[in-house]
Parts: sequence; structure tokens; C-alpha cells
Amino acid sequence: MSELSYIKRPNRGLKIYAAAFLTVLYVPILFIPLFSFNDSLYVKFPLSGFTFQWYIELWERSAVWDSLGNSMRVGVAVSIISTILGTLAARAITRSRLPGQNAIVAFVMLPLVIPGIIFGVSLLILLSRLGVSLSLYTVTLGHLVVCLPFAVATLLPRFEGFDKSMEEASADLGENGWFTFWRVTFPLVLPGVIASLLLTFTISFDEFIMAFFLTGTDATLPMFIWTQLRFPQNFPSVLALASIILLVSFLLVFVALWVGRLGLIEPEESQS
Amino acid sequence: MADVQMSSAPSARSQRPSGLRSMLYKSETARGYLLLSPALLVMVVGMLIPFTILIAMSFWTRDGFDFDTTMSMANYQTAMDVPIYNAFLARSFWISGITTVATVLLCYPMAYYVAFHVHRNKMLWIILMTLPFWTSYLLRVFSWKVILGYEGVINSGLLGLGLIDAPLEFLLYSQTAVIITLAHAWAAFAILPMYVSLEKIDRSLLEAAADLGDGPARRFFRITLPLSIPGVISATFLIFIPTTGDYITPALVGGPNSPMIGNLIQLQFGAVNNWPMGAALSVILTLWIAAVGLVFLFVTRKSQESVV
Repeated sequence: MSELSYIKRPNRGLKIYAAAFLTVLYVPILFIPLFSFNDSLYVKFPLSGFTFQWYIELWERSAVWDSLGNSMRVGVAVSIISTILGTLAARAITRSRLPGQNAIVAFVMLPLVIPGIIFGVSLLILLSRLGVSLSLYTVTLGHLVVCLPFAVATLLPRFEGFDKSMEEASADLGENGWFTFWRVTFPLVLPGVIASLLLTFTISFDEFIMAFFLTGTDATLPMFIWTQLRFPQNFPSVLALASIILLVSFLLVFVALWVGRLGLIEPEESQS
Repeated sequence: MADVQMSSAPSARSQRPSGLRSMLYKSETARGYLLLSPALLVMVVGMLIPFTILIAMSFWTRDGFDFDTTMSMANYQTAMDVPIYNAFLARSFWISGITTVATVLLCYPMAYYVAFHVHRNKMLWIILMTLPFWTSYLLRVFSWKVILGYEGVINSGLLGLGLIDAPLEFLLYSQTAVIITLAHAWAAFAILPMYVSLEKIDRSLLEAAADLGDGPARRFFRITLPLSIPGVISATFLIFIPTTGDYITPALVGGPNSPMIGNLIQLQFGAVNNWPMGAALSVILTLWIAAVGLVFLFVTRKSQESVV
């Protein structure tokens, strides 16, 4: 490292740029909580006073609680299912030599590189041709398609990262495949599983495009926000709701990324 | 993220007789497919079948409230003949093209900084840069509405400071607003792949170049930049593709001059209620994205070969 230092001399210009970059990345989002405490119907400067009014208003509206419940149910179902499927898939991809597995992985990752609207309308067409009415179940299916690639992408490095000889040792000592998985493999990939659960929950919780096309009468939280945007008098309470969602999302994702990467950077830690 | 590396591990059972080994290998393969099958099933039901039906429907036509399921090219003909469809498509590519270039250029130094100049708490930096990406897309777009609005943060702030006399109208409801919002929303997607390929660069190459007398600029243009091109290419794809299909951003912060093809598709499934036309537009969008992607890939391949 040290002999490289003349190449990697601290670069003041770049440092300032990085600081500016992070500022621009975060400041726009921070205006939402800022104005959610502002005592005015209008989002503009100067700020007119501090209030909890919009949060109290939010608390009293049953539609908010209903859509929160819907989003939670969809999010929990999606995160559990996609993490289980992602774990099985990541295990298969890393442990067996499968003909055509590159093509399979590319296929599973496809939603990352196709505009969401295409999936949304395709699923909508399929469901309507089958005569399935739109509900939270259809939203869940849509979210599964969106979340599965992220679950696999989060779990794959985990399965690749740990020492295979542990599994082999377990097998040599007479454990069968199932016990080896539960007692050796699973604890080793657990951080990846937790990261995947949290990430897929957050993605589903915040997802809008699929929900837009696939929601029936029960709105998810982002759909609720979308419909509220039409009413200017509800704007401040939408800001309050958005602030809460942002805070929760940031916390969940931060924990997910932290837990998910911990063991990858310092492998010895994850094995303790 | 799409180019996840795989290491297919041979199962270490070399001591066993070869007949048993091939049987084990076979069962291992079968078990692998078995483990993969639930995920594949979801993708087939949720993606492949719907997309097939989308293609089929694009050849149908609307017939009152029902569909005429005889195959015809009518929708594609309309899409070719009516200028507005092409205009929307061209505008989508224009807006997301600018967004992509701007995002990649702005994010490259950031990725470079973290790869080469951050030595402690690297992970914290990566998390900080990608964190906003995971949170609600709708809310991030919404925050720009708050900022750029006619009475938004910028306008009311500048008015209050006395720097301007009337609100700047170009801010909200314009293509500029759409581009700013999209670039901000997709920044994390651009940083990650570029960071990964910058991080992978063998530092001894730079050292060698320095020893042989290359200055910082030459080192960057002859070593760092060419070696990080794969990351730049993935970043370009990862931003260009989803942004061309976006419709929330134009709907929330765009103006009369910024609806994109996504808005048109959404209308066909909503107010206009012409699903076959919407399906045809979706297929056309997909084909164009694939075509643009392939050309881009081809050109970058060629130019990379000529560098080497």
C-alpha cells in the first residue's frame, strides 16, 4: 500500500466533488421531512412554523392504516418467498455444475434490465385473459418477479464466498445432505439471507410500477400516495407519510446492506 | 449486477469409483435443477408467459370492449404511420440518452474516488451511495416535484432571497426536470458497476506506468479508463434501459413536452383502453431497446478491439 502512495495521493478536488455528490444525492430527499413539519398547506419558503399537525392528521385516517396493512402483508409474503426461492437457486447455481446455468441466471436476472412497465402490462394482460381479478395476490406475484433477481444477486456472493471444505467436512463426518445444509451451510449464509429478506421487503414495500397495473381495490401504500397527489389539501400529510416511509426504508436497507456485506469483506468474522 | 460471477464447483468426490461418480454427478445435476425449479417457475409464470401473451395480443385489434383475435399487423402499421408514436419513441430515447450520459459522467468520478482514494470505511461509502436507490422511487421523484415546483424550494428560495423576480418556469414541467430527476434517481445504479471494475484494476499497472514516466493524466487515459470501460458499459445499460420505459417521472415533473413512450403505453391500458395497441407499443419499445443495446455493444466492442 505505502509504496503506492505517490499514485494515490489524496486528491482535494475529487474529495470536494465526492462531498458535493453525496449532498446532491441526499438533500432533495431531506426536503420531504423538512416540509412535513411546516405549518402551511403550501410547500414553499420561507417556512412558516413547526407543527405535528400533518402527522396527527395521518394517524387519524383509516385509509392510511389500511394501505399500510396491505403493503406489510404483500411485503412480508414477497420477502419470505423470494428469499427462500433465491436461497435454493443460489445454492443450486454455486454447488452443482448445471448445463446451461449461465443462461438460467441471465433469465432470472432479466427483470433488472427490462423496463418495469413491460412486466406490469404483460402480467395485467395474462391475468385478465385468465379471468383472475386484481387483488393483493396479483400484486404479490408482480413483486416476486421484481424481487427475485435482487434476492439471487444478494445471496449468490454469500454462497460463493464461504469455504466449501466446511460442507465436505460435515459430509465426511457422516451428516446427510439435509443436516449439512441446516448446521453448516445455513449459518454461513445467514447474513445473506437476512440481507435478502430486508432488501426484498423494502423493494416490495416501495414498489409502484407493478402495483400501479396490478392493484385491485386494496391499495398498497405507494398507490395510496399516488392517488393522494391529486388533492392539494392532502399534500402536507402525504409529505408526513413519505417521511415515515423514507425513514423506515433507510433503516431497513442500511441494516440489510451492512449485514449482507459484513462477512464478505471480513470472512473470518462471519464464521465465528 | 447482471453479470454475477459464477464458480461452478466440482464436487470433491474423486476417490470414488468412476461409475458411482457419474451417477452422483447426474443426481447432483438433477438436484440442482430441482432446487432451481421454484425460482424458474415464478419467472416463467410471471415473466415468460405474460410476455408471450403480450406479443400475441399486439397482433390483435380492439373491437368495441372486446378484442378481435384474428392476427393482423394493424397496430404496428398504425405505430409506423401515425407520427406521434414515433415522436414519443424518439423523445424517450433522447431523454434517457441524455440522462444516461449525464449520469455516467457524473458518477464516474465518484466511483473513482471510492475505488482509489477511500481506504477506510469503504463499505460505508458504498452503502451511503446506494442507500437512496433502494428507497421508494415514487418518493424520490416526488421530492423533485417539491424542489422544482412553481412555488417549490428553488423558486420560493430564490424569490425570498431576491435573486429572481418571477418563478423560473423551466424548472418544473419540462424535459430538464425529467432529466434531472431521472439522473438523480438512477445514480446508484451507475456507480456500482463502475466502482466494481475500477476496484478490480491491478494497481501494479499504474505503478509500472508511473515508474516508466507517465504522468497522472496519461496513466488515467491509458490504463484506468480503458480497464474500467466494462463497468461504464454495464452502467450505461442499467440506466438507459429502465429510463426509456419510465412513465412516473414524466407524469409527475414533466410538462406538455415531455411525455415518454411509457406514458403512451400506460394510457392505452388506462384512459384510451386500447390494450392491443398498448401491447404493440410495448413490443416495439422492447425491440428498440434490444436494437440500441446491440448496436451500442457492437460499437464498444469494436472500439475496444482497436484500442488493443
